[in-house]
Amino acid sequence: MSTNRIAVIDYGMGNLHSVASALEHVAPEAEVTISSERSVIEQADRVIFPGVGAIRDCMAEIRRSGFDALVPEVIASGKPVLGICVGMQALMSHSEENGGVECLAQLEGNVRFFGNDLHDEQGEHLKVPHMGWNQVEQQFAHPLWQGIDNGSRFYFVHSYYVIAAEKAVKAKDVAEVAGRCHYGLDFDVALSNNNLFAVQFHPEKSHTAGLQLLKNFVHWDGQV
Amino acid sequence: MALAKRIIPCLDVDNGRVVKGVNFVGIRDAGDPVEIAKRYNEQGADEITFLDITATHEGRDTTVHTVEQIASEVFIPLTVGGGIRTIEDIRTMLNAGADKVSINSAAVHNPEFVRQASERFGAQCIVVAIDAKRVSADGEPGRWEIFTHGGRKPTGIDAVAWAVKMAEYGAGEILLTSMDRDGTKNGFDLGVTRAISDAVPVPVIASGGVGNLQHLVDGVKEGRADAVLAASIFHFGEHSVPEAKAFMQHQGVEVRL
Repeated sequence: MSTNRIAVIDYGMGNLHSVASALEHVAPEAEVTISSERSVIEQADRVIFPGVGAIRDCMAEIRRSGFDALVPEVIASGKPVLGICVGMQALMSHSEENGGVECLAQLEGNVRFFGNDLHDEQGEHLKVPHMGWNQVEQQFAHPLWQGIDNGSRFYFVHSYYVIAAEKAVKAKDVAEVAGRCHYGLDFDVALSNNNLFAVQFHPEKSHTAGLQLLKNFVHWDGQV
Repeated sequence: MALAKRIIPCLDVDNGRVVKGVNFVGIRDAGDPVEIAKRYNEQGADEITFLDITATHEGRDTTVHTVEQIASEVFIPLTVGGGIRTIEDIRTMLNAGADKVSINSAAVHNPEFVRQASERFGAQCIVVAIDAKRVSADGEPGRWEIFTHGGRKPTGIDAVAWAVKMAEYGAGEILLTSMDRDGTKNGFDLGVTRAISDAVPVPVIASGGVGNLQHLVDGVKEGRADAVLAASIFHFGEHSVPEAKAFMQHQGVEVRL
C-alpha cells in the first residue's frame, strides 16, 4: 500500500503543529506535511484546511496565497478534505465578522456572531467566545462519526457560528448538517458535502473523541 | 446539553521540574512536567496550564523543550504562562505547541501589548492573568488590587476595572488568582471571582486556594467561574481529576466525564 500523504494547508494563520501532531499520533504510518505549496497540496491523498483568528485576515491571506482557487480545486478533485474551525467558516458563503466578509462559498450558509446578549434557558448570561467542551448531536451516521458516541463533547473556541442554508432541494454544494450544538441557540458544527467535511470544534484538542475523528478521516475514502 | 465547566490542573514549572509553593514561597518538588501532564490528559483534565516560574535564560530554553514534549503527547488545550513579554515570546510558545499564552506583568506595564497580541494571534489564544489581592478591610465592600512580581508588588490598579479593560483590549479569557488564597488551601476568594466574572464578557478561570473538592464547586456556583484551576490537590495525589468531576457532577455542575 502506498504512503498516506496528508497535507495541512498553511496560509500563515496560526499554529498548525497541534493538528499535525495529532495526525501523526493517530496515523504514525502517514506522511504529514504542513505546506503552503500548491504541488504538495495537489499531490496529497487528503487535505486539512485549518484556520484561527479573524476571518478578514484569514480570507486576505487565503486570497494572497492563491488558495481561493486551489481549495475549490482540491475539493472538486474528490480527495477527502477536512475544514477545521475558521477553516470551516472560510468555506461558507459569507461571514458577518469584521463588518462582513465574502468567503469561499464551497458550502452554502452563513457565519454569524453569537452576540453580547446570549442567555441560556434559565436566563443566565452566557460568555462569548463559546469556549470549552460542548456536546455534539450527530445528525446521521457519517463515516467520520464512526466509533464516537452521539453527544460526545468536543473542544470549541469561537465567537461566530455557522448556519447552513436551508436545503429545500438537495443539490450539489448544499451542505448536509452532520452535527449540531447548542449554546444559547442551536448552530451547525459539522457539515458534510461528498468528500468535504467541516467542523467548528478542534478535533486535535478534543482528546479521545477528537483523535477518533481524525483517525476516521485519515482512513476515509471520501464517500458518504 | 450545556457547555461543561472546565477543570484545569496547573503545573508551576521551575527549571524543568513541577514545583508548588505556599503564597509563592516555600517550594516543594512535584515531579516531571511531561509525565504529570500525560497523567492529567489520561485522567480527563479539560485543559492544562503550564506556568514557567524559571528566572534564568537557560531555564527558558528548557521550558520551550518541555512545552514541545507535552504538546506532542497531550491532545487537550495547553496554556503557557510566565515571562511572556514580547510578540516573539508568544510566537515561540505557540510554535512549541502551546494553544494559548497567559500574559501577566507585561500587560500591566504595557496594556497595548495585549491589544497587539490579540490582533496578531487572535483573542482565542490570549489569556490575561490577574493576580489580585484584597485591599478593603473586613466589613467593607470588597475591593481588590492588581499585584505583580508573584504577588510582591502593588500597582494601585482596581482588579475588576482592570479585568474589564483587558477584555476590551482583546483578552479571550481571564485567569484570576487570589494572592491572599494562593497556596493556603482555604478555597477561592469567591468575592473577587464573582465580581470579575459578572463584569467581563469573556470566560474567567478561578485560581488560588483550592484545598478540597467543595472549593471547586463553590468557584463555579458562587464565584460563577467558567473554569477552575488547581495544582497541589492533584499533584500530591489527594484527589484525581475523575474524582473531582464526579463530585462536581453530583453537586449539579455540568462537567465532561
